[in-house]
Amino acid sequence: MRIRISHEITRRFTPPARMLIETLRLTPHGFDSQYVLGWRIELDINSAVKTSEDAHGNIVSTFSHHGSPVERLTVTSSGEIETSDSAGVVRGTVERMPAEMYLRDSPLAHVNGALRAFAVQASAGAQDPLDAMHRLMGEIHRVMAFDPFQTDDPDSAAEAFALQRGRARDFAHIFIACARVLGAPARFVGGYLVAEEAGGEPGTHAWAEAHVPKLGWVAFDPTACICADPRYVRVAVGFDARDGDFVRAAHGMSDDTVESVVRVEQARFQTQA
Amino acid sequence: MAGVAFDEMGPAGGPVRALYAKVARWLEETPQELLASRRAQAEFMFRRIGITFGVYGDKDAAERLIPFDIVPRLISRAEWRKLEEGLTQRVKALNLFLKDVYGERKILREAIIPPELILRNPFYRPEMIGRSAPHDIWVHIAGIDIVRVDDESFYVLEDNARTPSGVSYMLENREVTMRLLPDLFARHKVAPVDDYPDELLACLRSVAPRQDRSEATIVILTPGLYNSAYYEHSFLADKLGVELVEGRDLFVEDDQVFMRTTLGPRRVDVIYRRVDDDFLDPLVFNPDSVLGVPGLVGAYLAGNVTIANAIGTGVADDKAIYSYVPDLIRFYLSEEPILKNVPTYRCREPDGFKYVLERLDQLVVKEVNGSGGYGMLVGPHATAAQREQFAAKVKADPANYIAQPTLALSTCPSSFQTGVAPRHVDLRPFILSGADGVRIVPGGLTRVALKEGSLVVNSSQGGGTKDTWIVDDFEDEV
Repeated sequence: MRIRISHEITRRFTPPARMLIETLRLTPHGFDSQYVLGWRIELDINSAVKTSEDAHGNIVSTFSHHGSPVERLTVTSSGEIETSDSAGVVRGTVERMPAEMYLRDSPLAHVNGALRAFAVQASAGAQDPLDAMHRLMGEIHRVMAFDPFQTDDPDSAAEAFALQRGRARDFAHIFIACARVLGAPARFVGGYLVAEEAGGEPGTHAWAEAHVPKLGWVAFDPTACICADPRYVRVAVGFDARDGDFVRAAHGMSDDTVESVVRVEQARFQTQA
Repeated sequence: MAGVAFDEMGPAGGPVRALYAKVARWLEETPQELLASRRAQAEFMFRRIGITFGVYGDKDAAERLIPFDIVPRLISRAEWRKLEEGLTQRVKALNLFLKDVYGERKILREAIIPPELILRNPFYRPEMIGRSAPHDIWVHIAGIDIVRVDDESFYVLEDNARTPSGVSYMLENREVTMRLLPDLFARHKVAPVDDYPDELLACLRSVAPRQDRSEATIVILTPGLYNSAYYEHSFLADKLGVELVEGRDLFVEDDQVFMRTTLGPRRVDVIYRRVDDDFLDPLVFNPDSVLGVPGLVGAYLAGNVTIANAIGTGVADDKAIYSYVPDLIRFYLSEEPILKNVPTYRCREPDGFKYVLERLDQLVVKEVNGSGGYGMLVGPHATAAQREQFAAKVKADPANYIAQPTLALSTCPSSFQTGVAPRHVDLRPFILSGADGVRIVPGGLTRVALKEGSLVVNSSQGGGTKDTWIVDDFEDEV
């Protein structure tokens, strides 16, 4: 599937920011079932964007600005992707860490007693680790209500689980926390989804990956209760949403308001008349 | 408990160790009133200097004076030489270990350490994987806690490879002692400690990224006034002649770190940080941190600034790793460890597990990732019920526990209103690792448990300090 994406993030600063620095995880990496046809990051201020890779292998764009006050800053990330079906199996990614590291505890996917008990019960009777992950996904989907406009704003898996409802990222965090309990390395994925219904913010989406023997990383979306298909565009991964965030920004003493416009559409084949 | 502790001056009523002959005579000859007035003077001097420390969670005493015991603690040059060798060896191994775990991970491939102890260790920083530290120095400043149990044996109790503090006390204690006890001091050939600031400066300069290292701008980064060691941060900045900065005094532009000054931005080459990893850079670590500098990690990874100690050194001084340090020394240096580790039984191993459960009444059992005495069983002081309860916890999750015998820390004479009496002590020497080698100022911080019988030397729990003398010769002059 050919997907065209444009993600515009606008920040307004009060008072205008005299210094700002941002790290963006907005550029997808290609892998076996995802080919990046072209991608660009644009700013509406005059600043050089430097590209590097973080611990998870994400492409990170960094820029900074000092001096003249900035009232408004728009970052535009856009490009085109070709995806293919791999039944959720993620192969050919940049891996800087041994998979086992994704077993470690992380603040937003921290396990408490309730999650531990749920994980064990959800996976009871599983034939193998892959089956356990599927059962886990199914149980999360069953007990949790999807609420993209969640106003309680739960921070962590444990909080969302207690509320029994949440956004896509909450579903992902619960899955990650439970998968780790069951001995499967698991991580957070932030990306885009071509879809009519799913997803919190229109177009952006969050799901999880679990490392399964023989298959390697497999993408599970507990919000939709499916493994990732060609409609999913994988952008950034992390232990949880904290380091898988699209944007981390600092802007001195100024407060900011953020507005995002996301367009994710299936590219039509262009015919030359 | 392990019998009568070794007294560094000599057993009660027994012969005095030659090293302490002059101290013993001085204690004998000096009238109680004079000692009392020295103690009062010492306290007055510390108050005037303003050397204090903060006690977290104690509103009435935001800043407190650490009690100072006027009787110096002596270590002979020969003993020190051995310590020095052992400490050098240990920090070399720790630096090689850090280089390896963030690089090739040979130690895991050779199965010297179970991989999960590293890979799942919260102090093993993913951001540093595949990265190297400038000159392969990770732990520039180490504080290694040593205890003595007899005439021969020194044990390492703990490695501190993050932001060890206490060195200001080493320096201030010497100043005060020299003014307080000039005669006693003059009667010994005591190795000086006052060049520590120069040594530290040279060490930091040696790891600067710039070619022209003499021009390097060095700063000390403090979390601020409310940190318990703030006094030390400002003290060191003053002694080193460098700026003391907080996160907000620095900024990053194009992967370079600058300090705001009245003359405009000034490029910074080396940051001696006393801020924990987690707070260093809100763009990478804790996003809510206001103590750090946004972009600092980027500048560091670009090689434009050196951070001392490096990011991610916490994996080297973790309780779980401690028990492997002798193995690290053998693995990286092909040498036998000079300093002993306190024997540690790992419940993750079947033999250790069995040993510990059979001797719960004799051992101290600790949670691998616990700290501050939380999740700990002191076998000899526990009730049978407590031990049983703890045994169940160990059985449920053996990998989470280690156990150590209770050590009889050596004692030194200390001066009180009621007279001179022995008290338990430890020692924290400071080891500096630079691009040009290891430096150790002869001495360190001796901490003393002032409560009778107590083994807890922590300043937050009734511990005090002493001046530490490395004595070059102790033949009695006639």
